[in-house]
Amino acid sequence: MSVKVLYFASLRETLGYSHETLTLPESISTIGALRGHLARRGGAWEALGEGRNVRAAINQEMAGPESAVADRDEIAFFPPVTGG
Amino acid sequence: MSVSVQEADFDVGAETAALSAGRLDVGAVATFVGLVRADKLSGAGSEVSAMTLEHYPGMTEKSLEAILAEAGGRWQLQGVRVIHRFGRLLPGDRIVFVGVASAHRGDAFAACEFIMDYLKTRAPFWKKEDTPDGGHWVDAREADDSAAARWAD
Repeated sequence: MSVKVLYFASLRETLGYSHETLTLPESISTIGALRGHLARRGGAWEALGEGRNVRAAINQEMAGPESAVADRDEIAFFPPVTGG
Repeated sequence: MSVSVQEADFDVGAETAALSAGRLDVGAVATFVGLVRADKLSGAGSEVSAMTLEHYPGMTEKSLEAILAEAGGRWQLQGVRVIHRFGRLLPGDRIVFVGVASAHRGDAFAACEFIMDYLKTRAPFWKKEDTPDGGHWVDAREADDSAAARWAD
């Protein structure tokens, strides 16, 4: 399955990437699993690891660790929001 | 109900007037305007000289529209207008406008506060403060989470 992943704000700066297209192994089917998959790249990517304060969205709606990821989804990771 | 996410400033008077223009059923208009403060930074002598607001185009508009729809389900509202700016802003600049028109003040006040509390915790905006010592991202505040949580029923 192939997904587009976006990164915003401090997370974008930490990772040095604003977006990428990823082909995922079948074992990665939730937001939580995707975070673990990305964190295993090591280095700056550990910012996505379990316990880090990172929020996620699937197709522009807030998503939790158990939310299912599907082919062609637009997934975003970002820090807690600070607008207003 | 209408939402704008824009770099440009807005005219508070014109936006407020538009909420009741041509209507005789509006008895109350409540508005909120958020501004950039020149805060002193903790532990440093410097203060915020500018701020850059980043957002997630597409999701921002969707999330604001969802918040307005939820407000419309909770209170009797005749009109709602939300404007949120992004890009580089200076101390004193306007960031956000929320205007609510209703028959009575109770609904207008409550919906205006609800929209701001939800916007603070659900709309994908991030503030980065520029200081003489460099830029730093503003941390989310727990107080904002508890302000939003008190509307849960």
